[in-house]
Order: sequence, then C-alpha cells, then structure tokens
Amino acid sequence: MAKQVIQADGTRIIENERAFSWKRFMFQWEWMLVLMLIIVNIINISSSSNYANFDNIMNAMRDFLDKAIVVFPMALVIVLGEIDISVASIMALSSVTMGMAYQAGVPMGLAIVIGLLVGTLCGFINGIILVKFPELSSMIVTLATQIIFRGIASILLETGSVGGFPDWFNSFGWGKVGSIPIILIFTIIEALFFVYLHFTKFGRRTYAMGNSVMVSKFSGIKTNKIKLIIFTMAGLLAAVAAVFLASKMGSVRPDVAKGYELDIIAMVVLGGVASSGGKGKILGCILSILVIGFLRYGLGLVNVTSQVIMIIVGTLLIVAVAITNLKSSFGQAKWVKNLSNNIKGVKAQR
Amino acid sequence: MNNSTLKKFFSDNVREISLILVIIVISIFVQLRSGGNFFTPENIADLFTETAILAILAVGMMMVIITAGIDLSIGAIMALAGMIGTTILKGNQEINPVLIILISIVIGTLCGMINGALVSKLRILPIIATLGMMNVFRGLTYLVSKGSWVLQNDMSRAFLNVATGKVFGINNLVVMALVVYVIGYIFLNFIRTGRKIYAVGNSEESAQVSGIKTERILWLVYTIMGAIAGFAGILYVCKFGAAQGETAVGYEMNVIAASVLGGVSIAGGTGRVQGVLLGALLLGLLNNAMPLINISAFWQEAIRGLIILLSVMSNSLIQRNVEMKALRRRNI
Repeated sequence: MAKQVIQADGTRIIENERAFSWKRFMFQWEWMLVLMLIIVNIINISSSSNYANFDNIMNAMRDFLDKAIVVFPMALVIVLGEIDISVASIMALSSVTMGMAYQAGVPMGLAIVIGLLVGTLCGFINGIILVKFPELSSMIVTLATQIIFRGIASILLETGSVGGFPDWFNSFGWGKVGSIPIILIFTIIEALFFVYLHFTKFGRRTYAMGNSVMVSKFSGIKTNKIKLIIFTMAGLLAAVAAVFLASKMGSVRPDVAKGYELDIIAMVVLGGVASSGGKGKILGCILSILVIGFLRYGLGLVNVTSQVIMIIVGTLLIVAVAITNLKSSFGQAKWVKNLSNNIKGVKAQR
Repeated sequence: MNNSTLKKFFSDNVREISLILVIIVISIFVQLRSGGNFFTPENIADLFTETAILAILAVGMMMVIITAGIDLSIGAIMALAGMIGTTILKGNQEINPVLIILISIVIGTLCGMINGALVSKLRILPIIATLGMMNVFRGLTYLVSKGSWVLQNDMSRAFLNVATGKVFGINNLVVMALVVYVIGYIFLNFIRTGRKIYAVGNSEESAQVSGIKTERILWLVYTIMGAIAGFAGILYVCKFGAAQGETAVGYEMNVIAASVLGGVSIAGGTGRVQGVLLGALLLGLLNNAMPLINISAFWQEAIRGLIILLSVMSNSLIQRNVEMKALRRRNI
C-alpha cells in the first residue's frame, strides 16, 4: 500500500510499505476463486452421488485440459497488455499439419514434432509482426492471422479429416503417455509458468511492460525480445494443446477448436488477470480453470443444457470482474479520502 | 487548389485514398481475370446488396471503437433479435414487417443498454463485458428457439420482401445502409453528442474535466451499437431466410475487420464514416470477387485474412512515411 508521508520541510513523499498484513493477504482475488471452487464442488457432490470419486474427477479434468494448457501463455500475453485471438486457429493448423504428416507416412513421433514446430512458427509470425509494427494493436494483427491460419488449415485439408492414429497416441488423450498421467504433464507446465512469471527477471519485466511499454523500454528492458518470446510461446503451447485435442478426438479437421480463444480469454480474466495489463497471477488462472471446468462438468452431470451453461459462465465472468472493480474503486475512494484529509491537515498546520 | 493544399488533402486522407486505390486495383484485376464478368450491373448490384448488412454494423462498431472500446457481442445480439422477431412472426403471419423490425431494434437496444451499463457504470473492460454478454445472449437465443430453426416458409411474404424489394431500382438493404451512413455522418460530424464521442475516445479524463458526461456517452455508444445490431440481425435473418441459434456466429470479427480496414484505431479517438464505408466495401468486394475468378472456397478465407493483414501493415507504413515527411518539412 502506498502511504503518504509529510516530511518536516513540507514536501510530501510516497512510501511503499511492504510489511505483511493479514488484511491485504485475505483480500486477494484468489480466495474468492477458492470459495467459488468449494461452492461448485459442494453443489456437484450434493447433486450427483457419483461425482466424488477419483476417476470421475480425472475425467472432468481431462475434459478441459486442452483449453487449460493455453490459458497460461494467454495469461502472459494479457499481463503484457496485449491479446492473442489466433490461438484456436493455431491449434487447428498445427493439428491439421500433424495429421497430414502422419497420413503422408511420417512416423507419429516426428509428426507431433512437425505440429509443434508449425505452432511455434505461427506464434513467431504473430510476434514478429507486432514487434516490427508496434503501432498496430495485437487485437487486429491476431484477428487477421486467425483468419489466415485457419484458412491455411482448410486449404490443406479442405472438408476432409484425418484419423486412424496409432493406439499409443489415442490413449494419450485418455489420460496417459506411457505410464505418466497427463495431469502430471499439465502440472509441470503450470509450475514452469508459475516460476517464469513470479520468480524470474523475465517475469518481472513482463509485469513492467504491462504497466508501460515506453517506461520499460527507457529502463533498458528489451521489450521487443520479451514480446516475441511470449507470442512464440503462445504458439508453441497452442500446438501442445492441439496434440492433446487431436488424440482426445481421434481425428483432426480444419474447424477444430473453433471459438476456443474466447473461452480461454474468459478463464484468464476470471483468474484475476486484468486485461489492461500488468496485473495477475498464475495461481488465479489455475483456480479459475478448475472453477469453470468443474462448473461445466457438474452442470453437465445434472443435465443442464449447454445453452444454460453458456449463460451461467457468461454471467459468472461479468459478476466476477464487477466485484473486483467495485473492490478496487472502494479502495480508491478510501485512498482519495485519506489524501484529502492529509491536505486539510497541511492547510490547518499553516 | 495549389500544391500545398493538395498535399494537405492527401496527407489528411491517406487512408481513404489508399483504400480507393486498392479497391480500384482489385476491381480491374478481377474484371480482366473474369473475362468482363465483374463490371456488370447485376454483379455490382449484388456486391452492394451483399455488403449492406456488414456496412450498417460497421458504423456502430466504429463509434464503439472510437471510444477505445470493442463490442464482441453483436453476433449474438443479431441472432437473439432475429430469432425473437421471426418467432413472433411465425405465430402471427399478419404482422406488418415494419413492426417486426421495430421489435428487433428494441431488443437490440435493450441488449446494448446492458453492455453499456456494464462498461460505463460498473467499469468492466469492454472486451470482457461484451465477451460475457456474448455468451449470455447466445445462450438466450438457443433458449428462445429451443434448438429449432425458423425457416423461410414460416415467414410471411411481406417480411421476406423487405430484403428482396427495391426502391427506385435499388435494393432495400442498400437504401437502408445509405440512410444509416448519412445519419451516421451527420451525427458524428455535426451533432454535439457525436463530437463528444471523439473527445471521450481521445482522452476520457480530459473529456470529463471539460464537462462531458463521459459515462453517459459510453452508455449511449453501446446502446446505439445494440440498436444497430438488432436492426442488422433482423435484416440478416430476412435476407438468408432462416433464423437459428448459430446465426451470425463470428460475424463480429468481420465487422471489426471492416472498421479497422477503414482506419478506425483500436486505441480510440480516430475513425471516419467514409473510411469505414470503404473498408466494408473492400471486404464485400473480396467476398464477391473471389468466386468470380474461380478461387476455390478453401482458399478464400486465407486470402481474405492476408489482405486484411497486408492492408493494415501497408497503411501503417504509409502513415510512418507521411509523418516522417511532415517532420522533415519542419524548420528547426
């Protein structure tokens, strides 16, 4: 909390008080998400007797993991103050190239690598355009590349689909790679992002750039490099998610993952990442993935139609953001009040 | 007109002039490649009819983007308004089509008011608020339709005539689009409220300090967008002769692309009605021309995306060049 201190000579300075406070700790968005998660799970358990067993929960998680993998790079993109609408198209394009490579006789392992490379390349293209044309907003560039990437996917495969992947690849989507559960891979990815954003200098610089690119640049941060890395990473992880999605569905089509980008952005924002940039935590994203995922799964178990689920998720998103906004504007009002009291105090002293 | 005013005119209208050039080049290319099938009265009429709805929506989207916002929910509002309008029509075939259109506009306006309230009163970022409401409106559309379609034979003759009828030999949709553009042009250039939209877009704080009720302007902009989306939604349904839950999915991206091609900056504060009209025309031209020169349907999407990207990029290069020249001309 910034605190105003009036010094003896009358100048005012702002001191940053970094001491631990319980109040600040408890007023975090993550607690709200934990609460939501608990409520969702209580409702799920009470509405369906089969819900609370381990297999079922794994099942539920597998359902939303493909989107969840892309949530983390998207969180970084949004912390940067940018947005990437093209991730779903990258998923489509890289899964289609992977499928076509396999169809052309390339061994499955190599085909996966090709898919990942294509995704990385797509992300790199986004990044390089944004770096070379800093005056263009990322929304427009990725809007255009979204159309282009999915367009290329439909040029490659037209209306067809590719399937018949080897058994080990298909079982990968059903929970295991060799003997490693897929959840473990997901946990590793989230841990990597957690460390990246919160414990490395790159992560701190990402926050700095989200607050002001100009200031970061003048402070000597290689803003272009960081932007390029983050967009490329978004492409790579979209491709990872595409591999996962392809194995879950057993076949690939150019119109796969349509509209996923908006679901992914919704998860990121519910996780407390401000879309104005410079704010947000990985932990919040993990929690929001679980909240939305379990909510969808639980509502599906009790036969709520997908249309109603859409309405509920949309409302949840808006209510969640509105609550944080009210909280921060409340805090701001308090700060302004304190400030005006201070000024009055100064005037009284004179 | 001497040389410097000509230069000034050029640098003021870079976007419009370059768009017109692109449109001319593409038209000539298509005319040559298609063996003269492009510049026929039927095809030109077709081109304008196909572009009308997109162009109508682009005016509303332009106002929203000028305030540095964005509206992702318009596709869903179109579906909801079109669905409710035609469901009412299905029950009573005798209803005047004008009344149906008015009902849809009212529904669109209500949806827009919700968006506007979220953005202006609750201070939710536009992209998030409209993203959430997009889900809500789309879900409501499915609920209203109960998963079924309203088809052409459920709609009355008089209603279907709205999209196919003609005034003085010009398709009704085109006439409506022209009316919307004239109103939009006057509103944004000569009416005080319209000018305030630009002020809010340039800097909300300065606008507030100069006595503009920024909240009210923001609310108004989203409400207008909703009304236009409702209007366009019922026209869309009327034109295609079917209302369903999936009506106009992803249409918002086309509209955003048209406005951005037309020179509306996502950062807010800039954008002109004439530019947006040209942007919408360019998109419509691409849709119309590609089948004419036998580009397969699978290629069309990628080419459209590429042209959007290239024109946005080349425009920023031109802009840089103009600014550079302006800097050099200054005597320091």
